[in-house]
Amino acid sequence: MSKIDELTERAEKARDKKAAYGPDVPLERYTSRAPTHKKVQTLKMLPSNYQNESLSVGVDAAETERSGSFFQLDTSVVYSQATAQNLELLSITEALDKYDGLKEYWWKAVAVDADKYTAEAALDFSNGYFIRAKAGAKIIMPLQACMFLAQESLSQNVHNVIIAEEGSELHIISGCRTSSDVTQGIHIGVSEFYIKEGAKLSFTMIHNWGPEVAVRPRSGAFVEQDATFISNYVCMKPVRSLQMYPIIRCVGPRATALSYSLLYATDGSHMDVGARVIMDAEDCKSDVVSRAITNGGEIISRGNITGLHSDVKGHLECRGLILGDHGRMLAVPELDGAVPGVDMSHEAAVGKIAEEEINYLMTRGLDEDEATSAIVRGFLDVEIKGMPPALQEEMRRAVHTTERLGL
Amino acid sequence: MLDIQNLHVEVDGKQILNDLNLNIREGETHVLFGQNGSGKTTLLLTIMGFPRYHVTKGRIIFRRKNITDLSINERANLGIGMSFQQPPTIHGVKLGDLVEIAAKHGNREFDLETMAKMIHVPPSFFNRDVNLGFSGGEVKRTELLQLLAQNPDLVLLDEPDSGVDLENIELVGETINKLLDRDKRSRERHKAGLIITHAGGILQIVKADKAHVLVDGQIACSGNPGELLHDICELGYEECIRCPR
Repeated sequence: MSKIDELTERAEKARDKKAAYGPDVPLERYTSRAPTHKKVQTLKMLPSNYQNESLSVGVDAAETERSGSFFQLDTSVVYSQATAQNLELLSITEALDKYDGLKEYWWKAVAVDADKYTAEAALDFSNGYFIRAKAGAKIIMPLQACMFLAQESLSQNVHNVIIAEEGSELHIISGCRTSSDVTQGIHIGVSEFYIKEGAKLSFTMIHNWGPEVAVRPRSGAFVEQDATFISNYVCMKPVRSLQMYPIIRCVGPRATALSYSLLYATDGSHMDVGARVIMDAEDCKSDVVSRAITNGGEIISRGNITGLHSDVKGHLECRGLILGDHGRMLAVPELDGAVPGVDMSHEAAVGKIAEEEINYLMTRGLDEDEATSAIVRGFLDVEIKGMPPALQEEMRRAVHTTERLGL
Repeated sequence: MLDIQNLHVEVDGKQILNDLNLNIREGETHVLFGQNGSGKTTLLLTIMGFPRYHVTKGRIIFRRKNITDLSINERANLGIGMSFQQPPTIHGVKLGDLVEIAAKHGNREFDLETMAKMIHVPPSFFNRDVNLGFSGGEVKRTELLQLLAQNPDLVLLDEPDSGVDLENIELVGETINKLLDRDKRSRERHKAGLIITHAGGILQIVKADKAHVLVDGQIACSGNPGELLHDICELGYEECIRCPR
């Protein structure tokens, strides 16, 4: 049986396989068909409301200080352009053609039969992107990639492959959002990351979905010797149901994996978000950090660090704030050490904002709402090791803009 | 400037202040002595308007206005400022930002760098989370920096000298003098202050006008700060409790 047939068969078998976490989303209610959108010469040629809406997820139509841009509208890749040298950016269908099915990378970091969503993405996929930083390339300016959902009741099933070759450095902003006039929809996003020896990759997802949209990202990463992977996830806006639990495998000595999630859930939103890091080589390091705020919604904040090798070091931090009088926050931090010599720790805290902190700020002249807002902003202001300062600032801005709108 | 009349205060259902009366005029600085638990901090936090400190009877008048029911920030914006004995750590809020917020509501001509230099707060602190990992002395100096930015008319200081090393005590004292117009001639003083202290050292530098001893939520005794402190040192607070003055 050919490789493709085998993947298809495994996907077929998993078609009804419920995911380990998150409420089950019936896929029958969605369509994977959407009209084809024409390519554009520049992002400025997109409808202005799309431009404005994608700006809120860090995607700048002017492409200021970007090393490249990718824009997928529903199922059509309408723009794909890398400007930096030694950076390759293609639609995934082009890349599959060019690289003979991407055999080394296709469904290697994510199992095709993990659940019904991966199966759906395999059986009925609607493009995605392929990004490759060539060996030794240091690309400090971020590449921006936008997945935009404009078609009502669409199931947008994308599959992305991202490779940072030996000694390269690459930063990606992945902005996803639904157009404001779309009510129903689902986004299934498979992303496979390969961070080769000595490379560094940061991947910052800024999501802005609709209150009735379901989201099922499915990500996996391999981090090799002396390589660093930074995965950031920001979702400050309503979403019916979001569930993701990427698995990052540190497979070479001194590999580092850092995962940061910033979440804000209002009434009617359900977020089940976390990350798992498996450290399977000597001297690996990992941080899994989550800052979650519920203002009526439900958040399950997961984290798992598994140490399979001695001399690994990991820290897990889940902090949750409950604003308002309802909402739920469940922190599930897990440490799994399988050999002696691992050094892993966690801290988890869930509560409301301490009144004494609000009062203290009020003595300096802020009113109660301003004081609360300053504390919330501070709570979400996480310093991320290894991110270029400009990108960190951009992420902070995105958090604060969406947080301000959300509060 | 401040007139406290017949003040009764409960904290979590327990009465702490009991018929307290106190009057501080413009230009005056008063000192509060008293054992731990006598109600000193409660008095300051009640004047500042902390909601946990529930006024069951009496009233607080500031510049002829009844402020008993005002919120903390309303009082701050009217010109009342406080430095805390043990302020909370505020994660993610930078000291520099907070000082600027205070200046925006208070002293608009405030120059952060000059003032910080004056009170030995290095610029690297501006980008640190408020009170996170600060030593006792650093907390006190950064509290004073925030007050300089606010420039309040009534300054409430809860043990501004505790945890401050000898080298900095003079600096802290002189900053307090500046905040309270003590560096000006008496008729040019427009600020008023109320200072809690256990140690006399600070009073060598800040020449207060009057001192009070708080016993069981009441002012048991008032008088010259130096003399009262001397008596307390000699005879202890027991004498104040016994003393019918």
